[in-house]
Amino acid sequence: MERSAIESKMVDLLVEELGIERDKITMAAKFEEDLEVDSLGVVELLMALEDNFDVNIPDEEAEAITTVSEAVDIVEAKVNA
Amino acid sequence: MSRRRVVVTGLGTVNPLGLNVADTWKNAQAGTSGVKRISRFDPSDFKAQIAAEVTEFDPEQYMPTKESRRLDRNAQLFWAAADQAMTDSGLSYDEDDPEALRAGVACGSGIGGIITFQDEVGVLLDRGPSRVSPLAITKIISNMAGGVASIQFNLFGPNICTVTACAASANAIGDAAEIIRRDDADVMLAGGTEAGIVELSLASFASARALSTRNDEPAAASRPFDADRDGFVMGEGAAVLILEERERAIARGATIYGEVLGYGMSADGYHITMPRPGGAGAARAMQHALRDAGLEPAAIDYINAHGTSTPANDSTETAAIKAAFGEDAKNIPVSSTKSMTGHLLGGAGALEALLCILAIRDGVLPPTINYETPDPECDLDYVPNEARDSDISFVMSNSFGFGGHNVALVFGGV
Repeated sequence: MERSAIESKMVDLLVEELGIERDKITMAAKFEEDLEVDSLGVVELLMALEDNFDVNIPDEEAEAITTVSEAVDIVEAKVNA
Repeated sequence: MSRRRVVVTGLGTVNPLGLNVADTWKNAQAGTSGVKRISRFDPSDFKAQIAAEVTEFDPEQYMPTKESRRLDRNAQLFWAAADQAMTDSGLSYDEDDPEALRAGVACGSGIGGIITFQDEVGVLLDRGPSRVSPLAITKIISNMAGGVASIQFNLFGPNICTVTACAASANAIGDAAEIIRRDDADVMLAGGTEAGIVELSLASFASARALSTRNDEPAAASRPFDADRDGFVMGEGAAVLILEERERAIARGATIYGEVLGYGMSADGYHITMPRPGGAGAARAMQHALRDAGLEPAAIDYINAHGTSTPANDSTETAAIKAAFGEDAKNIPVSSTKSMTGHLLGGAGALEALLCILAIRDGVLPPTINYETPDPECDLDYVPNEARDSDISFVMSNSFGFGGHNVALVFGGV
C-alpha cells in the first residue's frame, strides 16, 4: 500500500472518528498538543486504524506514537510487512 | 435567621413536544400528542411499537462533533437543555470566576446511556473485548450528563446525580433546592434526561406489561386516568431549571419564573414495580411536600400528576391524592402531561416541573388528552382534553419510580 493512500485514510479517520477539523491536520501535527486528542482519543484512533487497515498495533508500539506521521509509519510498516 | 429561598430563573428543554421551551409550551397547551410509531429502529417484532421520540434534534447545534460523538444521546439532550436554560437565566461563568464555585449541577437519569450499553454489548459479543470502545463506560454511566454540564458551563460547586428511576429528576430538583437552602451553593443547574428508546428497554418494559400496545393509534395510546388505558408510552428528552437563591436573583435583576417551595419524599417499601395499594406511600410524599412548603392542602391550585397511563398507577395515584388532600381533592384540577409527552422516565419530573412553572406564569393548566371514558377508580377533575385558564398560585408535581420512590414538589408564583 502506498504511503499517500495511508496518509489520506489517516486524515479521514481523524475527521470521522475523532471529529477533528480537517484543515488542522498535518503529518507533523502532534496528537495531544496540536490536535487536542486525549488518551481516550488515542485509543479510539488505534482501534480505528486496526479495523481499517486490518493490522494489530501492540500497546508498547502505540505508546511511542506522538505525531500523525509516526502513526502512518507504524501502519505502513505493518501493512507492507 | 429565616430559611434561604429558592427561585427558578431559567428554563430549557428538548422533548417530544418541542426542541425549546416556547414550542413545548405551545404544544402542551394545544393538547398535541408527541407519540408516533418508533422511527429509530424497526419495531415490528416488538409488542409495543410506539414512543414519543425527539425527532429533528441535532446535537451539533449545541456542541462540536468532537464532543457530541463522545456522549450518549442522554447527555447530548441534557447539554442542549442546559445550554438553553443557562442562556435564559443570563448566567455564565468563566473558569476563574469565584462565583462558579457556588454554582452546581443536579441531574437525574433513570437508566443512563442505555443506547450505548446495548451497542457495546453487541460489539463485545460479536467482535470480542479488544473492540469495546474506551468510551463505553463514560457514555453509559448515568452521572455523565451532569458531569459534562459542569465542564461545559464551568459549574464547580456540588455535582450530583439522582438515579431513582422515574422520580430521578424530581429528586434532582428537590435536592438542588436543598443544596441552595443549606448554603452549599447559590445556583444549581437542575433537571434530568433520558434517552432510553432502544430495543433492550422497549423489550423489557413490554415484557413487564408496562407499555401501551395501542400500536394502531399512537396519538391515543397515552391516556392517563381513562378507563381504557393500557400502559405507558416511552418518551425521551431532557429538561433543566436554573435554581437560584432568591435575594441574589432579585439583586441581579433576574427574570424570576417562580419559587421552589416544598419537597417531599417517601418509599413505598412494597414491590419492585407495583405501587402500594391505597397509595399510602405516595400520599406521604405529598404531605411532606405540603409541610415543607408550609401550605394547607386547600392552597394547592393544580397537581401535575405522575399519571403514567398504566392501570395501576393512575387509580393508586388518585387514591393517594385523596388520602393526602382529603375533601379538598375534589376541588383541585389534576392533569397528566404524559398524555402528550409520553413518559420521559428519569427526565419526566424535570419536564413536568418546567410545565408547572409555565402553568403558574401564564395561568393555564395543560390538559390530560385522550380522556374519553371515566374510570370509577379515577374520579377527580383531570382537566380533560383542553387546556384551562386558571389563576393559580401553588402547584404540586408528583413523580414515582420503580423501586417505590415517591417524590412531590411544590412550586409557587412570584
